[in-house]
Amino acid sequence: MLKIENLHARVEGKDILKGLSLTVKPGEVHAIMGPNGAGKSTLGNVLSGREGYEVTAGSVSWNGIDLLALEPEARAAAGVFLAFQYPVEIPGVNNTYFLRAALNAQRKARGEAELDSMQFLKLVREKLKIMQISDELLHRAVNEGFSGGEKKRNEIFQMAVLEPRLAILDETDSGLDIDALKQVAGGVNALRSPERSFLVVTHYQRLLDYIVPDHVHVLAGGRIVESGDKTLAHKLEEHGYAWLAEHGEPAGAQA
Amino acid sequence: MSEPAVPFVASTLAAPLPPSGIGWLDEARRENLAAFADAGLPDTRVEAWKYTALRALAQRRFVQGDAQAATREVDAAALALPGLDGPRLVFVNGVFRGDLSDLANLPAGLTLQPLSQALAQDAEPLRFALSRRYRERGDAFARLNAAQAADGVVLRVAAGAKIATPVQLAFVGVAAEGELAWHARTVVELGEGAELALVERHVGSGVARQLGTLVADLVLRDDARLSHVLVQDAAPEAVLVHRHALQLGARAHVSLHALELGGSLVRHDLQAELAGDGARLDTRGVFVPRGRQHIDTQLAIRHQALDTASSSTWRGVADGRARGVFRGAIVVAPGADGADARLSNKNLLLSPNAEIDTKPELEIYADEVQAAHGATVGQLDERALFYLRSRGIPQAEARTLLTAAFCRAVLDDLPDAALREHLDGLLAVRLPA
Repeated sequence: MLKIENLHARVEGKDILKGLSLTVKPGEVHAIMGPNGAGKSTLGNVLSGREGYEVTAGSVSWNGIDLLALEPEARAAAGVFLAFQYPVEIPGVNNTYFLRAALNAQRKARGEAELDSMQFLKLVREKLKIMQISDELLHRAVNEGFSGGEKKRNEIFQMAVLEPRLAILDETDSGLDIDALKQVAGGVNALRSPERSFLVVTHYQRLLDYIVPDHVHVLAGGRIVESGDKTLAHKLEEHGYAWLAEHGEPAGAQA
Repeated sequence: MSEPAVPFVASTLAAPLPPSGIGWLDEARRENLAAFADAGLPDTRVEAWKYTALRALAQRRFVQGDAQAATREVDAAALALPGLDGPRLVFVNGVFRGDLSDLANLPAGLTLQPLSQALAQDAEPLRFALSRRYRERGDAFARLNAAQAADGVVLRVAAGAKIATPVQLAFVGVAAEGELAWHARTVVELGEGAELALVERHVGSGVARQLGTLVADLVLRDDARLSHVLVQDAAPEAVLVHRHALQLGARAHVSLHALELGGSLVRHDLQAELAGDGARLDTRGVFVPRGRQHIDTQLAIRHQALDTASSSTWRGVADGRARGVFRGAIVVAPGADGADARLSNKNLLLSPNAEIDTKPELEIYADEVQAAHGATVGQLDERALFYLRSRGIPQAEARTLLTAAFCRAVLDDLPDAALREHLDGLLAVRLPA
């Protein structure tokens, strides 16, 4: 279970998150929506431990452990996965090699046996089938020269292989055409399970037509200002984020 | 000539020249030594030595030549190269060691022998190479080498002969009683249409506080092909100054891969003349100075004929307080129309105290030339580092992975897969975490 309480975070001297609280239970899919600059990406970055994000108050507990005290690699080993909004190109590092190194590093950290290349290949083949993607991406350097869609598919494929227990999708829909979006959503849906939680961060409601959330939250001004079920997403789509300002809570977008 | 005040020069001049009994050779040795005595070691005002100061070296005294070289113990494991069991010439502290070499069953068309032996048999074919007087201001070590080198390699491939098995040359530095200076000279000639793969290594065994110099001349006649792999993994205390001078005839092709890993102070001059129409040179190299190592690579390529091509890709990775120097000078001479010259040197600094100085230079005096050159010095990509860590790869491992990837472009096109894998492994253990 993920429990975020009163989280405050600062980037380059600017307060971005200002008291965010959120609880995600195993198996749940939570969508975080919000206008640009609301702090959506900051949330994913803080949870995955990126440098430069200073937590000034609040706590994040993940299955009872203090997530914020862990190095990024330890968070990954603890089952936290961030699908990047802008996956990084890494020339010279083969995708398969990278993924095996990542999986085995996580397994090692958890005290599990590492997979040899045959076992790993078998696992990769299974996941490729589930994700319905070709093995062509595997033979290339990590994200190098990938199209936008290929990069996002590669993120989801990595998620499938690493089998995290909390997956944070940071604007995974951005820059995707409808076919790529459906494929990525299909991959995510195939990975939904009672043990795995998702935080789906998005600006648009469109992705949520394909990944149907259990809960929808609106993040504005660094806080959750509205929570509801999937119908909240439709309301936002219809009325825009400006609707929030009139509807009870002030959006606080002046931050 | 007044008494030289510099200990390095004084100790060098105190040693007798190796006697050859060959008039022209003795004369060349005397003259080169005299030139060395006159000019001494270059200081940093000499352009070619701008970033490599020799002040500390100048204060050291070296004994010339190792009288015990023939019986020094050598770690055989240090000499083994997996998958390579062809002809091999091994030198210990500059002296040929028949017991460690393999000259049995040389393939047809290949002549391979130690210089000492070749001079004793028939010195005349070596007259041109060994008569050379080194006249540049920066040539101190070449002069010293010309005066003192009594051994080395003579390698010839007959016209049309294609030597299938790679030939290995190994220069081993072994700890001696005092500070030792050794000098080796290599002469390689590939006849018309000849083909050869050469693996040249510098390895250290034990704490070898010594100076080694190596001067190699490699001449390729028309249509000859040479694959040259150079692995410099000298002892951590060793000073090594080596120079390769290549001359390429028409349509000759040289593909060179260099790994500069060892030594405390290392200077490598790689000079190439693309003298025949259609000659082509590809150089790939990586230098990895760590701790307080200083590794200086000087590339000088001259396009002198029509439609010649050169492509050079070099990477530098420096850690600790290490210093890397790279100078890539390309000249397209008048009349060398249609030349294609490419040079890239990218460098990575892994520590705030490491330094790499890089200087690409391009001079073009011909028409219809295609040229591109670039050099960068930077740090590891923090975004890539975080990406790897966010997937569970620990920081140190992630840094090594990225550093290795940065160097990979250098070995990627090496055709011999077993050798490539070996070099990859060698590089991997040398890369700082």
